[in-house]
Amino acid sequence: MKTIQVYDPPMCCSTGLCGNEIDPALVSFAALLTQLSQQGVKVERYNLGQQPMAFIQNPAVKALLDTEGVAALPLLFVDGEMRLKGRYPTDVERETLSRAAAGGKVEVSS
Amino acid sequence: MNLPLYRPDPARTTRYVFFTGKGGVGKTSLSCATALKLTDAGKRVLLVSTDPASNLDEVLETTLTNQPKPVPGAPGLHALNINPVAAAEAYRERVIGPMRGLLPEAALRSMEEQLSGSCTVEIAAFDEFSGLIGNAESGREFDHIIFDTAPTGHTLRLMSLAKAWDQFLDNNTSGTSCLGPLAGLEKQRAIYEGTVKTLADASATTLVLVSRPQLAALNEAERTSGELRALGVENQQLVINGMFATKCPEDVTSQAMQQRGLAALAETRDFISRLPSFIVPLKPISVRGLGGLRVLLGDDAAAACTPKRLSDWTPPAMESLEALVADIERQGSGVIMTMGKGGVGKTTVAAAIAVMLARRGHAVHLSTTDPAAHVAQTLAGQVERLTLSRIDPAAETAAYTAEVVQTQGTQMDAAGRALLEEDLRSPCTEEIAVFRAFAREVGNGADRFVVLDTAPTGHTLLLLDASEAYNRELQRQTRSTQPESVMRLLERLRDPAFTRILLVTLPEATPVHEAAALQEDLRRAHIEPFAWVINQSLLHSGSCDPLLQCREESEHRYLREVAEKQSTRTVWLPWQPQEPVGPEALARLAASNLEPATP
Repeated sequence: MKTIQVYDPPMCCSTGLCGNEIDPALVSFAALLTQLSQQGVKVERYNLGQQPMAFIQNPAVKALLDTEGVAALPLLFVDGEMRLKGRYPTDVERETLSRAAAGGKVEVSS
Repeated sequence: MNLPLYRPDPARTTRYVFFTGKGGVGKTSLSCATALKLTDAGKRVLLVSTDPASNLDEVLETTLTNQPKPVPGAPGLHALNINPVAAAEAYRERVIGPMRGLLPEAALRSMEEQLSGSCTVEIAAFDEFSGLIGNAESGREFDHIIFDTAPTGHTLRLMSLAKAWDQFLDNNTSGTSCLGPLAGLEKQRAIYEGTVKTLADASATTLVLVSRPQLAALNEAERTSGELRALGVENQQLVINGMFATKCPEDVTSQAMQQRGLAALAETRDFISRLPSFIVPLKPISVRGLGGLRVLLGDDAAAACTPKRLSDWTPPAMESLEALVADIERQGSGVIMTMGKGGVGKTTVAAAIAVMLARRGHAVHLSTTDPAAHVAQTLAGQVERLTLSRIDPAAETAAYTAEVVQTQGTQMDAAGRALLEEDLRSPCTEEIAVFRAFAREVGNGADRFVVLDTAPTGHTLLLLDASEAYNRELQRQTRSTQPESVMRLLERLRDPAFTRILLVTLPEATPVHEAAALQEDLRRAHIEPFAWVINQSLLHSGSCDPLLQCREESEHRYLREVAEKQSTRTVWLPWQPQEPVGPEALARLAASNLEPATP
């Protein structure tokens, strides 16, 4: 089973709606995560404003925070490997991610 | 109508009692006096204020915090204030405190900023409130918990939040929310459910609607009664505070005052007879300290005052509202805001200024940030060049939701849009929508006059807090999709040539001190009030009624305090024999002058 970990900057809710900016890439990404988790992918999402402990307990995340600060967030890990830093995935990247996460599961062959 | 005196019976009082009503009706005095009746009968009572501008400290003559503190001189009585800004601070500290030294300074600062929004502030206060009601374990050491609530609009919101969050959490699919990750929220949810249940349980909760014998206050009590019934709060009572029966019917003022009260009761008699209703007679001075509170519900009634008849007292220099407006109009446009404690006449003063400006040929827009205010009723008529609106939270939320879905939703896939719409149903959205509407109204002052009647102090302080939090967050961002009105809000509020704030008060202790505290808060935010307005003064009323004479004399020190210590410009408005409703009456009120008119 695939595991996805996301370390979000401090924000109010999953879509960032309560902040003063709504980032469409964040909203679509949040929706994708919900979808993946329903498909059996293990999704762990941490918000610096609500679960700061998780940021300290992951040495890679902690190190990046120390050197680059909050600008390093969000961070995206797939199976423990860092895939994205400082931004949410683009439309194309979301599709790749979706396919990769589904890999090993039902594969639709043409 | 013959109504019994209000005398709370310790044997039949429910565990939770809420005192609510329009600002200035006497919620704090009555909740304190009721608490004292209960403790005098041997009960243990916790008194809780949910007003961000609580007056408990002043009335009880003690200093309170957000934890139960014994009240000196009243064995068995504890009290506390739920202050939203302090609650949010405590909440922030619980999250951030343990991280100090573990996370870099910049990360801590960014956490702190995110946890300073209006949403966090509201939730933190609401959690303290619901913890007291929905958690069966809390407050076990007390027989009764009495709530002295903020003026209506704010309180309706607080009491509806339990249901709103409970429902939102029920339907949430994304696993996260403004309250935090849902997995950790089971306990919170049980508390919200418990709160909804307790509020609806007539054997546990009594709602005391407090009113004055005034039409506006009684109408507001009736609306509140209906709205809280819709939330399931069925066990309601009405207390009409400050009934006046004159001992000297031959003078105009005392006769008019008695008549105004009786007429208001007659007009609302259907509502009054629908629920258990009681009265409390008017007292010669405003109620303070434990002694004063015991007099309020005692039987020796209004006896305790003999007027001194100081004929040689000279009032301080004060001007008419008309003179102030003549000065304001030179600017040609801008925002005029009336602020102050509930019930001091902010709506009346705002409407009077709007009428004067419009009659002098200016385009004027009159609006209110108070969800419970009814500017239209005060204006009661059409005035050329004057437009009218109000910030209606439900309508603003719907408009904001539609706007976000339309502008942002198009850049998302279907699943993203669905999630966005779900998050928009969160109770947080209303806070954001109302704040933006406020910024928009202020922004309208760029090319005309905008007169804004604000909600009572507590609610206004929270708007101010939100403006500052937003401003801090915006300054750190390079790009923003926020409307210009939001970006420039704080700058406009701080610009004395753009925004003129009038602090409205009655010549009485609590409203003057609340306005003075508000002035300090505004100054801390780098906003300087333009003038003070003293409303409903009995000075020069010439009444022969001893109780009214005593009240007139007690005004002296507050007129002095305002005109000589608090403000550079002071407007004086006399008490009106008829409620100042309609353009003519408002214009007459504005033209009133302290100097007796030349015959």
